[in-house]
Amino acid sequence: MINFYNVTKLYPNGVKALNDVSLTINRGEFVFLVGPSGAGKTSLIKVLFREELPTRGQVLFNGKNIARLKGREIPYLRRKIGMVFQDFRLLPQKNVFENVAFAMEVTGASTREIKTRVPAVLERVGLLEKTRVFPSELSGGEQQRVCIARAIVNNPVVLIADEPTGNLDPDTAWGLMRLLEEINRSGTTVIMATHARDIVDAMKKRVVAMSGGRVTRDEEGGVYSNEP
Amino acid sequence: MSLRTLSYYWREALQSIARNSWLSAASVGTVAVSLLIVGIFALLVVNANEFTRGLESGLEVRVILRDGQSRENINKLQKEIERLPGVSLVEFVSKDQALEEMKRNLQNRREILEGLQNDNPLPDAFRIKAVQADQIPELAGRLERLNGVDQVIYGHGLVEKLVSATRWVRVAGTGILGILCLAAVFLISTTIRMSVFARRREIGIMVLLGATNWFVRFPYLLEGMILGFLGAVLAGLAVYAGYMSLANYIDQSLPFIHPVTDQRTIIMVLGGVLGTGLVIGALGSILSIRRFLKI
Repeated sequence: MINFYNVTKLYPNGVKALNDVSLTINRGEFVFLVGPSGAGKTSLIKVLFREELPTRGQVLFNGKNIARLKGREIPYLRRKIGMVFQDFRLLPQKNVFENVAFAMEVTGASTREIKTRVPAVLERVGLLEKTRVFPSELSGGEQQRVCIARAIVNNPVVLIADEPTGNLDPDTAWGLMRLLEEINRSGTTVIMATHARDIVDAMKKRVVAMSGGRVTRDEEGGVYSNEP
Repeated sequence: MSLRTLSYYWREALQSIARNSWLSAASVGTVAVSLLIVGIFALLVVNANEFTRGLESGLEVRVILRDGQSRENINKLQKEIERLPGVSLVEFVSKDQALEEMKRNLQNRREILEGLQNDNPLPDAFRIKAVQADQIPELAGRLERLNGVDQVIYGHGLVEKLVSATRWVRVAGTGILGILCLAAVFLISTTIRMSVFARRREIGIMVLLGATNWFVRFPYLLEGMILGFLGAVLAGLAVYAGYMSLANYIDQSLPFIHPVTDQRTIIMVLGGVLGTGLVIGALGSILSIRRFLKI
């Protein structure tokens, strides 16, 4: 479903964020993207999301070269990809319900669809009782759940999470992982960039390790690091 | 487009007008002033056109014939004149008819003309009307070259002045209008840029959530059009009220000038003002959102 063919991303300042990356991710997979900061995880995500264009190589999404998408086709690519941002990117002046509803409004959904779908998604992420609360009054874990709710509300094919457990306590982090696993079981492909060694080691999923813009390891049921 | 999307557009547009209320008021004011002048000029041009048309229809060319032409010659000449381009009416006025007319015009002082009956000094002549006033000078030149024509008389100079005055009003008016409209576009685009800037973070998120460019753009377009329309309504009301009372006053105090007050013309001018307001608003906002959508 997602194919990277020899993708290289060179930024104008000379940094080679991706160096000849080839990678295939199939529908329904759960993939951990691991590696130190600056390894190229975020660039990989940006290229897939069409925030950045690859300098060389091709990225296919459902067989389509996303570099060739016309300007007006890009929004429809993004609707198929749910994004959980590292910095949440919630709208501070909108409450939890409105933040999630916003993702639907943007696609032109009707009021009725929004009224049934948003509470269902909020229940799924365990925030039903915080519907009218504003992001500033939520804990980091709760904000991350709002972000996940917003990412899945439009039934995306892929959910991409960049460091979603970064500032959560272990219990909350595990709760979030159970949530992501459940989303994955319902058929959504999940790609998660992370530094959480214990989670990666315990979940026994596919692990793609990156370093210096290259894929250094790609194994099914892998661990965070082979070094002790 | 769903009803919700539509109400979303309106809500966003009205909210941001309220948020930048001072700048919004300033843009509405600029549009109103510009369009006020647009309206005044439009009515001025309409009236000038009407006035010239009135004068033009009164303009005529007199072709004085040499004395002692035969009836046959005169008929031939009349045929020739009728074939010239731009001629709408040719009328022959014989010496006798001319004298009769003069008598009629002088009415109770006709004794001046006593004794001229047998020795009529007035010439035979043609009275000619042109289709358009600005063709008269050229037509006069052609008439002068015809055989048997002694002299061609027309409102020399007056016609040229009239034509150039109307043209001047149109050109100057259009120039001033253009500048004022540009100023209005600029101010609206500044207003919209403020509200876009205040919400650039939100716009960024919208785009990343898969909003189409039109979805992002539309509330701002609407905002600009609302501002333009409000300004146009103010200008339209002022133009209408001002013009109607002025026209009324002129009609009563200057009986020889009749300002144009028919409904169709007035509605066309006011409709033009409203339409221009909408276009100015839309243009202003399109200019300012373009570069925020490059994500």
